[in-house]
Amino acid sequence: MSILAYGVVIWLFIVGVYGVVTSRNLIHMALCLTVAQSGTDLLLLEVGYRTGGHAPVFVGLSPHPGPTVDAVMQALALTDVVIGAAVTALLLALAVQVNKRSGTLDPDELWGTRE
Amino acid sequence: MREAMVAVALVWVAASGTAVVLIRDPLSQAFAVGFFGLALATLYLSLQAGDVALSQIVVGAIALPLIVLLTLAKVREKPQ
Amino acid sequence: MTPRGRLVFFIMAAAGLSVALGIGFSELPSFGAPISAYASLLNHLAPVQRRVTDVVSAVSFDYRGIDTLFEEFILFSAVTGIAVVLRPLSDEVRDLPEDEAPERKVPAPSPAVGLLGVILSPLLVLIAIETITHGQLTPGGGFQGGVILASALYVIYLATGYSTAERFQPTALLEGSDGFGAGGYVVVGLLGLLGGVAFLTNVVGLGHSGNLISGGTIPLLNVVVGIEVAGGFAILGSEFLDQTAVIRPRRK
Repeated sequence: MSILAYGVVIWLFIVGVYGVVTSRNLIHMALCLTVAQSGTDLLLLEVGYRTGGHAPVFVGLSPHPGPTVDAVMQALALTDVVIGAAVTALLLALAVQVNKRSGTLDPDELWGTRE
Repeated sequence: MREAMVAVALVWVAASGTAVVLIRDPLSQAFAVGFFGLALATLYLSLQAGDVALSQIVVGAIALPLIVLLTLAKVREKPQ
Repeated sequence: MTPRGRLVFFIMAAAGLSVALGIGFSELPSFGAPISAYASLLNHLAPVQRRVTDVVSAVSFDYRGIDTLFEEFILFSAVTGIAVVLRPLSDEVRDLPEDEAPERKVPAPSPAVGLLGVILSPLLVLIAIETITHGQLTPGGGFQGGVILASALYVIYLATGYSTAERFQPTALLEGSDGFGAGGYVVVGLLGLLGGVAFLTNVVGLGHSGNLISGGTIPLLNVVVGIEVAGGFAILGSEFLDQTAVIRPRRK
């Protein structure tokens, strides 16, 4: 189980970076970056997971009914998800303006426009 | 039972993440990203992280598809 | 570097990274091991000390409140960056929206979608207010509720056209709420300094656990963050909408 859990984290990160490296379209590149980013969120939550634990919400329960999962990791991952979307929006805004100026979304062709 | 659900969700996340990267056309990729967001929300929920799953659902179903589709609409319009 | 060379370089680097990460991850506690001492201490203390039932809110707005302040400012700067990047350039002009232009190219939305939008939009505002104010009791809080509040504006755009949506998005309101949220967090933190203790200390009365007003400054910070995230995402949406509907190259 540990191998599967941590292996998925490594796989998501490497697949996301592979998408960025071999991308021919800036929009595709920004979305591949979200895949790599979600890998790191997943790692945070996996480190905080406890087998048989329940969520750190104590509404209507008797005090401490059993093991609880880590609340600090969830607080870190929570803001990360929302802000990742805002940063992706910034990348897409840059892609829109680049397309207007040079007429293409292909990063390889962009590199050669200075000649 | 819970461990099995976590394992299934992990495999689903890995598969849809690979699909997002391998689909090259941005319009199809927008749908793949929506599906990937759903897989992630299920995985977060099975890891007992309610707040993070709520954030992922809200962001992945509302904000992200909207800006991707508006970007595609902008870059595809014909110059006048 | 040719694409082929880039791919070969990436494969070598990825192999090295996987090996390094694999060795590193094998030192981590195995999946499902008991959580750290700090976290279990917080799980025991937070419901008692702060009288909240959602420990994640207490951690992100009280025990680790300063980190959330910085994250909120990251969101603020990202939205400012988008507003700067998507401004009309020197050879562009703000034109009539496409659904009011003389040669009409965009089909009108169907009445069924319009009805759905009319029903959904106030529901989304209510759900957003409920999520924001119950952040210290159940999973939720300012970040999630703020995005839901911004989505009420998106639904209005999808159900009607650009011109109607513009009436609901006055720039002064959106930018004002974004700034109010970002500054409000600092003001609530300064209440601690006025009370003679450290910045962002929980100085307001704590109330009873399980009530809507409990946890001291935590519901205040939830509301402030909700306003900021809603304003930020609404500005984001309206900038992209302006790009597609209104900003056109200047006709020669």
